[in-house]
Amino acid sequence: MNIQEYFSLVFSDYTLRTITLGTAILGAVTGMLGSFAVLRKQSLLGDAISHAALPGIAIAFLMTGAKDSNTLLLGALVSGLIGTFWIRGIITKTHLKSDTALGLILSLFFGFGMLLLTHIQKQPNANQAGLDKYLFGQAATLVESDVWMMAIVTGICLIVLLLFWKEFKILLFDKDYAKTLGFNTKTIDILITSFIVLAIVLGLQTVGVVLMSAMLLAPAAAARQWTNSLATMVFLAAIFGALSGVFGTAISASQNNLSTGPVIVLIAAVFVFVSFVFSPSRGLLFKQIRFIKNRRDLELHKTLAFMYHIAETHDDISHPHEIKILNNFQGFTRGTLKKLVEKNYVTLQGTTWSLTHEGFKSASNLYNQLNKNDE
Amino acid sequence: MTKIAVQVDDLTVAYNYKPVLWDIDLEIPEGVLMAIVGPNGAGKSTLIKSILGILKPIAGSVTIYGKSYEKQRSLVAYVPQKGSVDWDFPTTALDVVMMGTYGSLGWIKRPRQKEKKAALEALEKVGMLPFKNRQISQLSGGQQQRIFLARALVQDASIYFMDEPFQGVDATTEIAIINILKELRKAGKTVIVVHHDLQTVPEYFDWVTFLNVKKIATGPVKDIFNDDNLTKTYGINYKVSIQE
Repeated sequence: MNIQEYFSLVFSDYTLRTITLGTAILGAVTGMLGSFAVLRKQSLLGDAISHAALPGIAIAFLMTGAKDSNTLLLGALVSGLIGTFWIRGIITKTHLKSDTALGLILSLFFGFGMLLLTHIQKQPNANQAGLDKYLFGQAATLVESDVWMMAIVTGICLIVLLLFWKEFKILLFDKDYAKTLGFNTKTIDILITSFIVLAIVLGLQTVGVVLMSAMLLAPAAAARQWTNSLATMVFLAAIFGALSGVFGTAISASQNNLSTGPVIVLIAAVFVFVSFVFSPSRGLLFKQIRFIKNRRDLELHKTLAFMYHIAETHDDISHPHEIKILNNFQGFTRGTLKKLVEKNYVTLQGTTWSLTHEGFKSASNLYNQLNKNDE
Repeated sequence: MTKIAVQVDDLTVAYNYKPVLWDIDLEIPEGVLMAIVGPNGAGKSTLIKSILGILKPIAGSVTIYGKSYEKQRSLVAYVPQKGSVDWDFPTTALDVVMMGTYGSLGWIKRPRQKEKKAALEALEKVGMLPFKNRQISQLSGGQQQRIFLARALVQDASIYFMDEPFQGVDATTEIAIINILKELRKAGKTVIVVHHDLQTVPEYFDWVTFLNVKKIATGPVKDIFNDDNLTKTYGINYKVSIQE
């Protein structure tokens, strides 16, 4: 199956439709919530939460013996939440910095989870196979009820975001100030963190513990490059996340052996790369172009100013001068001279140049402007 | 007799074992423009944050016009230190000033035309109206400070707390800000400012509190702003020449 076939099949084929819808919704909700994590400088929180969820999955399996995803994800949710609040506790109660707390909980929970997983694998239980799909995710196992679950959580998340938009915004920007205005910042904080945990847990089946944080961060980091408005950023992150889901699924479904989670993450990374390079205001490319253009303008202005100084000493401002004189001035190049001719500021005759009236006028204006800025 | 705007009793605050503020008693009369001065680590910002309920004190109490801060929130506005927020946050100048209206709006309710109008007026007052749609990271340090000031003005409070509003601003902005503060005092408001530049205290303020973990002195600038109190506060033999 190639990609074209995929897109013609996606509307008719039940399995493909389910998986695509699932990854798209997942991408949208993690992108949305990821924006908040990125802006709170809690980018690594997602990584810690997803790793912290692993022992929950194993314990849920050990306790129930069941393999249906809802039971296991409930376990993931509980241990993810425990991990998150331990991280908060460590940060507030000790002198440890947040990166230390995150790393500590991440490795501790993940290690414990791996221990339990290997223990489970040694058990004579036919059900045990497939638990390791939560490590790297397996989108192919998504069924309709999983997608419904994602859709419902995303819906609730949207409603909460819209209702508490103003509160979220002020908490993100200036927490202390929000407190003085009478907002219970702890409640807002817990609300938003809980939703991040929920979204991560929902994605474990599809993307897996190890790569889940990329779903949270990549769309948000890409979206930040394109806008200076929080609402637009959240919206764009959701779009980028959803597109990553759709294209990731398309590519992995059309290339037989590629697993979906990593492909989705790679697509999201492409969004990030393109955004970093090509965004008009913050992108590297346009920044560099602006930088070079500014330098050129400055060079041109300096050369013109130098000529102006020479011309000023003569009664006739268009009195011709040897080009050689300009060699004393470091900023001068053949290119700048040509540009000045193009702009009709200078005329060339043999080895001499002379300033035109227009050039003289604009040079003196340049001067006045500079002086004005100094005031 | 003038009313007491802010009253602090036996306030003690500690982050760990060492107290940052020790047994502070302070009465701030209504309508003064007061500087809080003291060396680094003297607890100036901590005092403001404790009064505003951002920090929880170990002991002591604070009242605003005789009642607890929680009940009098709407009478108080706060200008935090400029460095306390991330100015690369994706939002505009107008949007930040609008945040000043969030308190009176309360939970869930969105700002509307009325709030926007108030925010625009505040921007006008601090001379930042032409920059209303500017992304905040593209503002200079002085402009960012004015935005913070405008956000507090929108709150239309009776008491203003400001944490180093003159930090890192140029002379033009400093004059603009102090003029606004003086206008607030003229309108009968109480303004409390954490201040670092001792030279300008007599010129800008009419009331001063010396703080170094303990309260050293508080009162009218003309009575207590002297070498004796400065030496007690800063620990070295401090001499300023007060120009009359």
